[in-house]
Amino acid sequence: MSAVAQQAPKKAPTPKARKSLNAGQARNGLLLVLPTLLFLSVIILYPLINAVVISFEKDAGLDKATGMFVQGGGAGISNYTHWLLQQCGTESCPPGTLGAQFYSAFWVTIFFTVVSVAIETVLGIWFAMIMNRDFKGRALVRAAILVPWAIPTAVTAKLFYFIFAYDGIANHLLGNIGLGPFLWTSDPWAAKFAIIIADVWKTTPFMALLILAGLQLIPSDVYEAAEIDGATKWQTFTKITLPLVKVPLMVAVLFRTLDVLRIYDLPAILTNGVGGTTSLSMLVVSQIRAGGFNSASALSTLVFLLIAFTAFLFIQFGGADVIKRPPGAKKKKDAAPPTAPAATAVAAQSGVTP
Amino acid sequence: MTAVTAATTRAADAAEAQEIVFKKDTGAKVRMYLGLAVLVIWGLAPAYWMVVTAFRNVGYTFDTSPWPTHVTLDNFKTAFSTGRGNHFGAALVHSIIIGIVVTAVAMLVGMFAAYAMARMEFPGKYVVLGFILGASMFPGVALLTPLFKLFANLKWLAGANYQALVIPYISFALPLTIYTLTAFLAEMPWDLEESARIDGCTPAQAFRKIMLPLATPGLFTTAILVFLASWNEFMLASQFTTPQTQTVTVAIASFTGSQPHQEPYTAVMAAGAIVTVPLIIMVLIFQRWIVSGLTAGGVKG
Repeated sequence: MSAVAQQAPKKAPTPKARKSLNAGQARNGLLLVLPTLLFLSVIILYPLINAVVISFEKDAGLDKATGMFVQGGGAGISNYTHWLLQQCGTESCPPGTLGAQFYSAFWVTIFFTVVSVAIETVLGIWFAMIMNRDFKGRALVRAAILVPWAIPTAVTAKLFYFIFAYDGIANHLLGNIGLGPFLWTSDPWAAKFAIIIADVWKTTPFMALLILAGLQLIPSDVYEAAEIDGATKWQTFTKITLPLVKVPLMVAVLFRTLDVLRIYDLPAILTNGVGGTTSLSMLVVSQIRAGGFNSASALSTLVFLLIAFTAFLFIQFGGADVIKRPPGAKKKKDAAPPTAPAATAVAAQSGVTP
Repeated sequence: MTAVTAATTRAADAAEAQEIVFKKDTGAKVRMYLGLAVLVIWGLAPAYWMVVTAFRNVGYTFDTSPWPTHVTLDNFKTAFSTGRGNHFGAALVHSIIIGIVVTAVAMLVGMFAAYAMARMEFPGKYVVLGFILGASMFPGVALLTPLFKLFANLKWLAGANYQALVIPYISFALPLTIYTLTAFLAEMPWDLEESARIDGCTPAQAFRKIMLPLATPGLFTTAILVFLASWNEFMLASQFTTPQTQTVTVAIASFTGSQPHQEPYTAVMAAGAIVTVPLIIMVLIFQRWIVSGLTAGGVKG
């Protein structure tokens, strides 16, 4: 190693000399990522596997057939049919039980996801286009828009609980234009939109900043050319802007979608599930509190599969290129480091809970 | 360096193009400033409402005047009072302890991995990258049940066992730490490191003495992001904390007032303001770094 190091300055800095300077990379590289892999394996990989294993075991409880208290044992797929086919024991789940809430929780979660992400995408693009101009006080506007992002979701939920109180400012302002008053935290439709409004408020700015970063990479001469060719504003937007921000946009949409699919904090605090706003994550927590660890594991595994399947669809067909592998990176030793458009979206999450 | 010049040129071009547009259409300028006003109101109005309410006498909770009326500091006193089972003051201390430990460990562990990802080639690199990315997409609830059982067996769900939150938080923060740091590290002038190595520094020395000082803005931004993530987490905290480790988000969510079934709005807004305003000030000061940190990996490559 030292001999090589002494020789190196004499040589021109060819790739070969550089390679010898970086000898031992393979071992050192693995050594450096080892602590990370250890943390992720213990806290994410092991529990995931464990959850799948215990989802095929019985919850401790009274056996319906014999009336005896049983501790565990193989359950086959009964924990899954409990949720998917609504089977509690031998009959179907009675209304009001946690089991019977599965499809309500599933569809309301999908509803939150589709509506929130659609509104956030449209507003995010609009916000980004407003900020993609040269104006004084640019820093001020960007700072203002970071405020919702920085506020903890739990505090956001409490803040909107106050804003949406019966005597609150939302009903007051709507009353001025002759609407309402709405029962924002108990009426089934109003409660759903209270959650969506709070979610959109908190996460649109982030989406806007990500799209803005994409917009700023579009060279201005493309727009000039379009103007000379007589393109309308709408044509410029649909034929130039949208295709050129597609990748950062799809990454942002992907991560927001996965984020809303596991929504917990907002509905748990803002409505506590009133008016059919219990999300899938809330149902898992309720099931754990009720002591049904094994059926809760089956449900959380279903949530995981839903999210994994959604991510797969986006990456495969939606053009959300989350890991950009430099061309030929596998073969070349001196390949550029991988960049991760995902970084941004990862940071977007309000909590550390992935 | 060239990137900076190019960016400046682009900005100048954009400004020029903008001026041409404005000459044509003065309405565009008006529309732009209206749009900017919408953005600022969007960002600030609800947060402003929280702060205004925090200073309002509890008897005027639903006052609708947009400026503070009936100003009082009582709500802050109520927020910190330990009667009625509220422990907001203690929760602040817990959240700060947890946040600092999580940030320190995640940064240290994440830095090793980010350096390897940005600077080294090793077998299985893309498998590791995929694993880290997968970990970041994970639904937290999928881990809740097994972790709950595991921590219950370890007797971590009673008493002052911070590790029941600290260890999961570190794991959840690591993907974010590594991605943000990798993006920052990839943009640094690594020729300097090469020179240091040629001058006889070991790789570790070259990193510590030359590159670390240059990386400070990136490290600092990442640390803020990790601390924020830990500070803001609610779901695990609501399941795994005891009165001795309760965090601020849980304390605020479960805040009870003097009357049953009557939400102590003003006190909750005061508590929310205490939790939020220092973060907002920090975010405003480091706005430029945070925006570049948030979007660093987002669009390049």
